[in-house]
Amino acid sequence: MALTDQKKTAQLDSGILVVNQSRPTKVNCWSCGAMRAAHFCQECGKVQPPTPVDYFTFFGLPFRLNLEPEKLEGEFYALSRHLHPDINAINSDREQQWSLEKSSQLNDAYRTLKDPITRTEYLLRLQGVQLEEQSKAATEEARRTGKLKKQVVPPDLLEQVFELNMQLEEMRMNKKMGEPDRTLERELQDSKKHVQDRYNGLVEELHAAWNEWDALIDRAEQGGSVLEDDRIAVRDKMVDVLNRRNYLRNLLRDIDEVLEN
Amino acid sequence: MSNERIVGIDLGTTNSLVAYMEGDRPVVIPGEDGLNLVPSVVALDENGQIVVGSAARKYLIETPERAVYSVKRLMGRGVEDVKDELKLFPFRLADDLAAGEVLRIKLSDKTFTPPEISAFILRQLKRNAERYFAAPVTKAVVTVPAYFNDAQRQATKDAGRIAGLEVLRLVNEPTAASLAYGLDKKNAETVAVYDLGGGTFDISILKLHEGIFEVIATNGDTHLGGDDIDNLLITIALHDIQGDLAVDVRRNAEIVQAIRKAVIDAKIALSSEEKATLDVALPGGGRYQRQITRAQFEQLIQPVIDRTVGPVRQAMKDAGLTPKQINEAVLVGGSTRIPRVRQLVQELFERTPHSGLNPDEVVALGAAIQAHILAGGSEATKEMLLLDVTPLSLGIESLGGGVVKIIHRNSTIPASATEHFTTGVEGQTNVAVHVVQGERELASDCRSLARFDLKGIPPMPAGLPRIEVKFLIDANGILHVSARELRSGKEAEIQVQPSYGLTDEQVENMILESFDNAEEDFRRRQVIEARNEAETMLTALEKGRKNPAWQQLSSQERSNIGKFETALRAVVKADDYQAIRTAIDALNQGTMHLAELMMESAVGTALKGQNMDTADVGEGPESPHPIAQAEIER
Repeated sequence: MALTDQKKTAQLDSGILVVNQSRPTKVNCWSCGAMRAAHFCQECGKVQPPTPVDYFTFFGLPFRLNLEPEKLEGEFYALSRHLHPDINAINSDREQQWSLEKSSQLNDAYRTLKDPITRTEYLLRLQGVQLEEQSKAATEEARRTGKLKKQVVPPDLLEQVFELNMQLEEMRMNKKMGEPDRTLERELQDSKKHVQDRYNGLVEELHAAWNEWDALIDRAEQGGSVLEDDRIAVRDKMVDVLNRRNYLRNLLRDIDEVLEN
Repeated sequence: MSNERIVGIDLGTTNSLVAYMEGDRPVVIPGEDGLNLVPSVVALDENGQIVVGSAARKYLIETPERAVYSVKRLMGRGVEDVKDELKLFPFRLADDLAAGEVLRIKLSDKTFTPPEISAFILRQLKRNAERYFAAPVTKAVVTVPAYFNDAQRQATKDAGRIAGLEVLRLVNEPTAASLAYGLDKKNAETVAVYDLGGGTFDISILKLHEGIFEVIATNGDTHLGGDDIDNLLITIALHDIQGDLAVDVRRNAEIVQAIRKAVIDAKIALSSEEKATLDVALPGGGRYQRQITRAQFEQLIQPVIDRTVGPVRQAMKDAGLTPKQINEAVLVGGSTRIPRVRQLVQELFERTPHSGLNPDEVVALGAAIQAHILAGGSEATKEMLLLDVTPLSLGIESLGGGVVKIIHRNSTIPASATEHFTTGVEGQTNVAVHVVQGERELASDCRSLARFDLKGIPPMPAGLPRIEVKFLIDANGILHVSARELRSGKEAEIQVQPSYGLTDEQVENMILESFDNAEEDFRRRQVIEARNEAETMLTALEKGRKNPAWQQLSSQERSNIGKFETALRAVVKADDYQAIRTAIDALNQGTMHLAELMMESAVGTALKGQNMDTADVGEGPESPHPIAQAEIER
């Protein structure tokens, strides 16, 4: 991190971009004494004790959001071959316990990073963001009790959502009365398609934000300076995309529910 | 690789098997009757002894109150779960069962929990393996339906412990099958395993890639299988008998069992024949006879087999795959022999299903491969690794009875999740956590796994304590929980109250009660077997003395044989099987020449035109000559 010469401004990167990512220091293998990597000994193959690290660091990755799925998968398989409990089934109790903890860490990390959305959410959480929609508990609680969950409608959707909710309400009433309205159903199908398009379109917005974010990471890694304001701006951009995405997903679910019933 | 053999066991609803990796091929170990399948039937005989397998079958028909089958359906379940089963299965539960208690089943005047009954079956398989290896077997890989929940898995593990087996791994049945299927496969492919057994249905989608068997999605129904088809046919027969013959035999357990046997035979026949006949003798000398055509049968079972469609579609959806993207649909389980089932699989996956595996044995063979991998593997298996998933989401009951999912279904296991809890009242020192498994939104609709009390929280204002609870699903699909209070750094104490299942103490007691403690039992059986062999040998020697060949021996040889015989007779009543074996070996050596002479004379007689079979060469080829085994054994 080459932040030293820019200390005069208070808006510099707080260090959260890279500094937090402690590279696992090389330690001697508990079993054969050779120098080892973080997860297993290159000399004797023994699994090493687990250490609490974030998922990116677990895979030895920088905090970049663009990553190659095939490469991640290959790494996941390669590590599984060393860490999985089946490989350590006849080893000492201690090794079995480490293997259990390390392979659950590996599986949790892989599951989180391989999906673009959970990967983004995870990174944002590392950045200290509590995504509004993140707590599924709140969503499900609201759905169950029928109370409206506090949701911010994306401004550009306000008008359409208002109309759509009217259609949904009308449709529910019709169904209750046992008088399905074919015209309304067709309108709802059209609205659904429109929402679906918007939803799909968000992926591109998200990818654009990823690229901006990764550029910051690259700059920091190469010793360049990163302004705190820039980091926050990209971070908030991603939060915004995810919030809109979640809103649209819930909307699609509601439409499907009404159409299916 | 450790020198102790680890076996693979398929503990099935209808049949169970034990298999082992011989060289680089898995093989099924037959029982004493020479058969690979051990029927999962347990009976208590008139002397209070437990009988397992084919031998227990006759009790099902003659004295049904002494026998039980399909006990797998009751594993890990409470009395309120099994109400429906009880209408269809002649399970006799203990009369004094309390709510929440582990079920107990009556066999005559005794009661046993489902894990204990499963343990009897496991013990039989263990015995078969020990007989085969002539060495103790204490470790096993046991298969379970992929869709088994935590309680059902725990119950299976308990059964292993009660039987004196350390269950090194529970493997999902379809996954085990895929190991057997993929043993020789070198190319990457995506397969669907459709496993319709006696009582359970599983569908698993796997990616096979350079020896890694990665389950992508799994689904199923732990109460759907061949049993349900049998029950449909039984209901029809009972209805017929009541209607046409005006006899109500529903309460007559013996007749119901006879009908059950008849419908199973008919069901099996209808997989190859166009029609089959039910023929059952009724009390009072009447007969119930009815012909069923395959068309009628297929129409009848359609609703049952259609129940597999939902889980298949869900698994495909979860895997994010279309039928076109599946390279092979593999059939597992006896019920996939039914042509209509095959047709359904063909429709679902738009391809002819792979039926090259023996659907009864493939799961046990896969378990043997997994056992081999756990033991350290060999050239044939060194690249193989199984990555399985948890079939059901794990959740915590939230305020108001909702469920917060913390580990989603189809997550690769081991998997973990960390949750934080706090207090709601000032000075509160306990927090109760309810863990459930399932996909529904309300905790009451999910399967209750356990209630935890986080105790010993330091008194603090409400909301201030932060209790970190770690949930970890291990490679067996079984949940472990640990907790810590973060502000005080204190390990919070957890008292786990499993909602269903035996406590550790109960299992320990069952192990103690069981007479079959591994070592002692193995020793005792070895003594019995060695004695039997000694007796056979001594009898053969008596015959040998009367054979003309005896006179051809030198007096020194005859005297030596006499000494070895005395030595064997001296130890045969003792409890030391190794001493008996040593004496047998000595006598065997001493009688080698005698055996050769007897063979020569037998061959000589045969050459003179007599039939070889009538020549006195001991017990004949059916039971190998105890003196000269090598010469006569086929």
